[in-house]
Amino acid sequence: MREPTLWIFHILAGIIILIFLGIHMGIMHLDTILTSLGVGYKNPLNWSSVLIRNKALFFTITYILLLGAALYHGFYGLRNILFELSLGKSAQKAVNWLLFFVGLFLFIYGGYAAIAAYVI
Amino acid sequence: MADQKEQETSVFTEEVIKEVIFRVHRFSPDDGKPPRMQDYKVPVKRGMTVLDGLHYIRDNLDSTLSYRFSCRMAICGSCGMFINNLPRLACKTQILELEADTIEVKPLPNYEVIKDLVPDLSDFFEKHRSVMPYLIREEEEEKIDPPTNEFLQTPDELERFLQFAYCTKCGLCLAGCPTVATDKVFLGPMALAQAFRYNSDTRDQGFEKRLELLCVPEGPWRCHFAGSCSEVCPKGVDPALGVQLLKGQIVFTKLGLKKPHKIAPLATEKPEAKRRPGIPEAPPRTVKKSEKL
Repeated sequence: MREPTLWIFHILAGIIILIFLGIHMGIMHLDTILTSLGVGYKNPLNWSSVLIRNKALFFTITYILLLGAALYHGFYGLRNILFELSLGKSAQKAVNWLLFFVGLFLFIYGGYAAIAAYVI
Repeated sequence: MADQKEQETSVFTEEVIKEVIFRVHRFSPDDGKPPRMQDYKVPVKRGMTVLDGLHYIRDNLDSTLSYRFSCRMAICGSCGMFINNLPRLACKTQILELEADTIEVKPLPNYEVIKDLVPDLSDFFEKHRSVMPYLIREEEEEKIDPPTNEFLQTPDELERFLQFAYCTKCGLCLAGCPTVATDKVFLGPMALAQAFRYNSDTRDQGFEKRLELLCVPEGPWRCHFAGSCSEVCPKGVDPALGVQLLKGQIVFTKLGLKKPHKIAPLATEKPEAKRRPGIPEAPPRTVKKSEKL
């Protein structure tokens, strides 16, 4: 019964990526349009602009959510690719644990960066 | 004069239109030789199928050629082959429509080869069997042959799964599936679409039993939705759609967003059917009827 749950999370992660990556792309590349509408940041790649976003709680939360969703979505896809190599049960188990720990490490590391930028 | 003209334009003309090279895969596990391609010249008449071409080779050029066929009218699904790089039914593929001077005929990919053009479909049927592709009822008396009566199903309820019931189990979908090409344990489009077909049938009560069999890594989750299975299906079935609908069926049930379908009730009265005058009695059964399934 675990497979449908993993697949549901995969789809949910895809939706989260679609929303937050959309916001990210909008802020980064549609700055002229957004600022003319009174939202967004001028020159989003300027250090001062990056700093403003890093100090905003909304962005810290979205960074962490996007990081988690992207990691899960990507690693679930990688798991599928590896499983298609007709792996045995023990190899499947090893792949599951390996991807889980690598994903967890990257999430903690990336999450720390987002939180540290907010706090410091 | 009119008769002569009609004969000339008839599609059933016996005139040889062109000569085509049949490049046929040859392999016999007994002769110890590696698989090879062998060329045969086949005179093509209008209306000839690839299966007719193979018959010509077997009858006139090489009687050792092995291939599987039965009905010759795209019903039985026996003559699935890899013809000019696509899985097709040999009996449904017109030679002239291929518009090629050389026709390459190989056994279906993604299967072991028994001999020449004969694939081993035992794994394919094992996967089919594994999803319990039959009506499951809870009432004990309905498991006995014959059942007590008909189940009442509306045309709308039938429409939900009807297209998947047209599947002839020819195996072309698995031959075209990129996932099966690398993952031999993946259940494949046919078995999964059939699982959806029976899950959606209001006469069936076996969803819970099938759920356990489908919630495995080699279940519908492995499908990438490449859609090749639907592309090559000779009966116009859309197994790729069936697999996606099956995913939805499982997920929405698991999330509690989908209620189990209505169960078709048993008809309380036997339908009255009278033989029309002039219709003879059916001949006696040639196979002894078993008491239980």
